[in-house]
Amino acid sequence: MTLLGVEGITKNYGGIQALRNCTMNFQEGAINGLIGPNGSGKTTLFNVMTGYETPDSGKVTFRGKDITNSTPDEVFAAGIGRTFQLTRIFPRLTVIENVHIAAQRHGLIAQMRQWSQPDERARALESLDFVGLTKLAREPAGSLSYGQQKLLEFAFIMVAEPKVMLLDEPAGGVNPTLLKHLGGRIKELNKTGVTFIIVEHDMEFVMGICDQVSVMHQGSALLEGKPELIRNDPAVLEAYLGTDMTEVK
Amino acid sequence: MLTLSGVFAGYGGGDILRGVDLTVEKGSITCVVGPNGAGKSTLLKVVSGLLVPRLGSVTFQGESIAGKSPQAILKGGIVQVMQARSLFPDLTVRENIELGAFLINDQKIVQQRFNEILDQFPMVKDRLKDKAGSLSGGQQRTVEFARALMLDPALVVLDEPSMGLEPKAAAAMYGYVRQMREHGRTVLLVEQNVRAGLGLATHGVVLEAGRVRLTGTGKEILENPQMKVLYLGGSTQTE
Amino acid sequence: MSTDTTISQRPTPPSYEVPKAIRFGALAVGFLVLVLFPLVFNNPTISTIGVFAMIFLMAVTGWNIFSGYTGYIALGHAVFFGIGQYATAMLASYWQIPPGWETFLLIPVSMFLAGLAAIPIGLIVLRVRKHTFIVLTIALMFIFQLFAYNLRGWTGGSQGLEVSQPPWDGSIFNLPYYYVGLFLAIIAIVTSFMIRRSKFGLSLLAIRDDEDRARSLGINTRNSKLTAFVISAIFLGAAGCMYAMFVGSVYPQFSFDPAFDLELSIMAFAGGLGTILGPSLGALIISGAQQYFLITFGGANVFLIVYGALFILILRLLPGGVVPAISDKWRSHVVRKEQRILDSESEGPAEAGAHK
Repeated sequence: MTLLGVEGITKNYGGIQALRNCTMNFQEGAINGLIGPNGSGKTTLFNVMTGYETPDSGKVTFRGKDITNSTPDEVFAAGIGRTFQLTRIFPRLTVIENVHIAAQRHGLIAQMRQWSQPDERARALESLDFVGLTKLAREPAGSLSYGQQKLLEFAFIMVAEPKVMLLDEPAGGVNPTLLKHLGGRIKELNKTGVTFIIVEHDMEFVMGICDQVSVMHQGSALLEGKPELIRNDPAVLEAYLGTDMTEVK
Repeated sequence: MLTLSGVFAGYGGGDILRGVDLTVEKGSITCVVGPNGAGKSTLLKVVSGLLVPRLGSVTFQGESIAGKSPQAILKGGIVQVMQARSLFPDLTVRENIELGAFLINDQKIVQQRFNEILDQFPMVKDRLKDKAGSLSGGQQRTVEFARALMLDPALVVLDEPSMGLEPKAAAAMYGYVRQMREHGRTVLLVEQNVRAGLGLATHGVVLEAGRVRLTGTGKEILENPQMKVLYLGGSTQTE
Repeated sequence: MSTDTTISQRPTPPSYEVPKAIRFGALAVGFLVLVLFPLVFNNPTISTIGVFAMIFLMAVTGWNIFSGYTGYIALGHAVFFGIGQYATAMLASYWQIPPGWETFLLIPVSMFLAGLAAIPIGLIVLRVRKHTFIVLTIALMFIFQLFAYNLRGWTGGSQGLEVSQPPWDGSIFNLPYYYVGLFLAIIAIVTSFMIRRSKFGLSLLAIRDDEDRARSLGINTRNSKLTAFVISAIFLGAAGCMYAMFVGSVYPQFSFDPAFDLELSIMAFAGGLGTILGPSLGALIISGAQQYFLITFGGANVFLIVYGALFILILRLLPGGVVPAISDKWRSHVVRKEQRILDSESEGPAEAGAHK
């Protein structure tokens, strides 16, 4: 069943058509892949879906509800979390503080308590441990390398526990072994009901993990289907993958 | 061509590089791989003069360059293409490339080099008048390569050239790297896409926790059982 | 190639924080100095400097709770300083409060009124982002200054208002003001500390670093900013009340003074914007120096030049402020110690030239 859908989205940036009547549907409970050449509009689509940008026309729906003009906090409150291609972490705060920001608390009194409660701290350390950043817990996040920042974003989005996770190039700059572990965790979370939409260029990663893959081209949807289908489609091979797909299992 | 010996370097919070010994052969494509946080970008910064090593020596073509200013190192023949996008988005592609020759005063040489480079990067020719910010990721990376060659460097340093690029564009970048070698340049690159990087390289270096762990030809390292431990099921703790 | 398959690891970094013992000790000494200051230096001219220092201490600490933590530099917070002053002057005469100890009861009243005013003001100015925000706060402050000039019936216009001075003996006149001021300053610092330690405080810092990212992780940035804004206004109101009582007269151009916020921001920056104790340190150093230079070089505004030179000197030598500079020095010290240990331990056999 469609969880998150976009319909006829158009977005222009002074002459450059980033999204062109884009219509796509992302399945609930699935790991959805979103691939396409650079400049095909993937990140812009994410921005529109999560309230960082408003489209010139078109609609974004979540569980049937129109969320086109929602703000980032409304989108999060609805249960959608995201990471960014050019990582957005809190550079002047330490790594562990970064992860704690994602820990959700409810109620006024709760906000006044110390920022690190035992259960939050345990969860934070667990997720840092998972991405291998434990030793850097006390370092300012701005001093981390690009790949480490990517991992930090993944760590705190896990702590935020949204029902839908939009990951924008989670593999960029990440070491291959670690990437396998991230893939494993994504599959685990998916089994507990978390829906994923993942933008990625790493084909091995995408094909290995996704149930559904959507291909974008020049601002609109080109094709949607199972990974095997996409991988063998001549149009996709020509425009995007190149013919050297022998590496991918 | 380039030798690092006993290099210790960091950013004021402790050493990231903890005794690096490394040699880059002339005319090679040397690829540095390693876990996140191993110090790969830091290593490249030391080579380009953006970071002064606390201990140890760095020699390029026989001369010591540790502690030299980045400009002096550029003039000496080492140019780096950074990991992050670094074109000026509001300037045209032509202007961006010409800026690569900022240190050269003789305009004739600049123009001559520019034309030679255009021949090497045909894709750039069509987009000379466009604002650099309007190009796609792969196209911008290509322009950065072109810009780097304006100083006719003997050593080209590339920090994750294929990152964030779609498979086709990444393959094109590797093609350019081979081209650079054919033109007699030496290339030192860092790649997180280990298979592609080591497949492209003549020499490989594995960096781990600030030290060189393994060296060999690209093929040797890919087929090394230790690499399998490091990359396929080994430690995931970042350093 | 070695057959060792163990993964080498970096050593765990040591703690870079100044140890609790040292920090506690420094705080205790500082507290003692402040408590004993007017008793030791009982010359009224000197203790006057102390009173102003206390007023600025609470004002800057309050200002930092908003501007330091959220990164929204408010240059119109004088609005609350002025509200505190005028509320005190107006209520003192309206309620016919006899000069003396009873006047101090106006402090909580001023704090309440400043806080109350901060709600609608905050709702207006916080609708815009950082850069527009600065301009808006300045504009708002000037609007209040105009009110003060023009609502003559209430505010006395450009003649200002008087606050009757208590009939205390000159030699001990300053003491009550100083100690009440110190008490309020300590409350401000403790509040700042508790906020910084809480989840709320972390949210403010997140807003400073990346407001939209904070929103996308569920932080209600609007409420957080407004709360910090109101809390900081409360302390500025207290400062205004103290100022009006101590100086004895209230005028539009000095109550709603653009230079006041500049002074606050200079003090906060010099001490360390966004730290807990930095602004306080900055207030002590700068206001102390300012008052001292005023007295010494007074008259012609030579003191302003000296004062400006001091500020530039601080920023050159300690960019980021006093407290961050101390943290950095401590960190370098720890790092160097660690490196010496590691260098002497490492005996890598193949590593030729490990030491220059």
